[in-house]
Amino acid sequence: MLPDQFLFAVEVMLNGLMAGVLYALVALGFVLIFKASGIFNYAQGVMALFGALTLVGIMDGQVPFAHLINAIFGTDVHHFGWHVPAFLSILLVMVVMVGLAWCVQHFIFRHLVGQEPIILFMATIGLAYFMEGFGDLMWNSEIKKLDIGIPQGGSMWIEEATTFLGGSNFYGFFIDKLEIVASVVAVVLVIILVAFAQYTKQGRAMRAVADDHQAALSVGISLSFIWVLVWSLAGFVALVAGIMWGAKSGVQFSLSLIALKALPVLMLGGFTSIPGAIVGGLIVGVGEKLFEFLIGAPFLGGATENWFAYMLALLFLVFRPQGLFGEKIIERV
Amino acid sequence: MFDQPESFVTADGRTIGGVMMEMKNITLRFGGVVAIKDISFDIREGEIRAIIGPNGAGKSSMLNVISGFYNPQDGEVWYKGERRPSMKPFEVARQGIARTFQNIALFEGMSVLDNVMTGRLNHMNAGIMSQAFWYGKAQREETENREVVERVLDFLEIQHIRKTPVSRLPYGLKKRVELARALAADPKLLLLDEPMAGMNVEEKEDMSRFILDVNDEFGTTIALIEHDMSVVMDISDRVVVMDYGKKIGDGTPTDVRSNQAVIDAYLGVAHD
Repeated sequence: MLPDQFLFAVEVMLNGLMAGVLYALVALGFVLIFKASGIFNYAQGVMALFGALTLVGIMDGQVPFAHLINAIFGTDVHHFGWHVPAFLSILLVMVVMVGLAWCVQHFIFRHLVGQEPIILFMATIGLAYFMEGFGDLMWNSEIKKLDIGIPQGGSMWIEEATTFLGGSNFYGFFIDKLEIVASVVAVVLVIILVAFAQYTKQGRAMRAVADDHQAALSVGISLSFIWVLVWSLAGFVALVAGIMWGAKSGVQFSLSLIALKALPVLMLGGFTSIPGAIVGGLIVGVGEKLFEFLIGAPFLGGATENWFAYMLALLFLVFRPQGLFGEKIIERV
Repeated sequence: MFDQPESFVTADGRTIGGVMMEMKNITLRFGGVVAIKDISFDIREGEIRAIIGPNGAGKSSMLNVISGFYNPQDGEVWYKGERRPSMKPFEVARQGIARTFQNIALFEGMSVLDNVMTGRLNHMNAGIMSQAFWYGKAQREETENREVVERVLDFLEIQHIRKTPVSRLPYGLKKRVELARALAADPKLLLLDEPMAGMNVEEKEDMSRFILDVNDEFGTTIALIEHDMSVVMDISDRVVVMDYGKKIGDGTPTDVRSNQAVIDAYLGVAHD
């Protein structure tokens, strides 16, 4: 029989891993765009929010821009009165995300080719605020319930199967089913992305663009096509992250703030590494939960989860600025 | 022989066809700097055409105009009998014009094989869904293109390094991988920007041999830039000589060698 304190720590760690998966998903979206275009996309979190909002809107048959329409025409429409099945809705939202990617490329970044990174970054901040406002206008700002049929609540099976590990005070590990699903989905998503990048024509072109723009052009790759492609992929990843967070805590505008948690994840994992985003996400997830459990709550008065990730990122910036998997920047003089 | 418009057979048995690409009165400016000043010349099918000149003569700019990286302010580019509108580099590449770069532009993070495979991208047209699920056409295409790439690797004698990441290769081999990538595209016109720059004598000989073999075996039309006179004179059919953005000579190596303006440009001339 294992000591309870140890078993609790393990449970905290497992929950941390699950939370980390979601951080990793958001970070993954960042890495995709950053690698291919050098753009640090501040709007990644808002894209997750926008994806989730649109999904709920379509599923519930919400009338887009209902407030605006009612204000202008004096009508009182809110719902179409139909419900779209989850699977079909997700497909529709994917189409919307591709459309969004196309718009972002054609209305913003096509005009900013060759600009300084800081300008591109500022453009994404603008994009983030625009999309937040646009999402609000389109689907209104109420907190919405997102239920696409993912099982929720603690897994009784895991609790029962692990009860024997501890003494009479231990009732087995509590792990949310939703988080298990989220992890499985994330793993599948990463495998698909890696396979896509490694073995398909578009994936090879994507890697080529990430490596050298000039050379990519010389073999006939259209940069703007690839950029639309990576923004679409980042949109899909954001959608998955949005669905998972939305299912867990409702679709609300604070969702866009998870983007900020992805920043320390990227500092840890490196901005250009897909495995880095995943490992970084897991480290941050586990790290902040364990730190809270072992040090934060008993000695520091709790609530360390809010800043732990940033402190960790700061340490990395000092000692290993390129992150765990990032490319070391060597300048030849 | 080059003064006749029809195709003819050279002394070493290669067929030179009609005009494939024609530059008409090209002028290229960067702000106030004139990089190319009113230059016209043509490239005929099957020939090896060299553009030579001292540093800063505008040779690379000329190659960039042909490959669509620069768009000239004045002048017309005619390709296969049609006037080419201003195009993006990737569109030019899709017309069958492949190139290499003076400062090697390879995908450093990828293996030799992957690099050369990117040269085949325009020969793959399975739909994105087929790609995504990797069935039927996509799979067949990958195999076919892989075969072409293997032949190219074999031809350029780099099959033994196919799995090596490009970043680990020495300079001379990188140049060869870049040539392989361009060749894999099965180009109508191959543009080489200083293919022998920075090479030792032995590597230069290898490269010259590859260039001649490519031209001979695949009948690929080649336009190359070089400032090493001796190499160029040995391998090219016709030579354009540039100096300070202007064309000062055009003709067979023998013609050019005896051209006074060319001798002056290369050896310097006393101004009195």
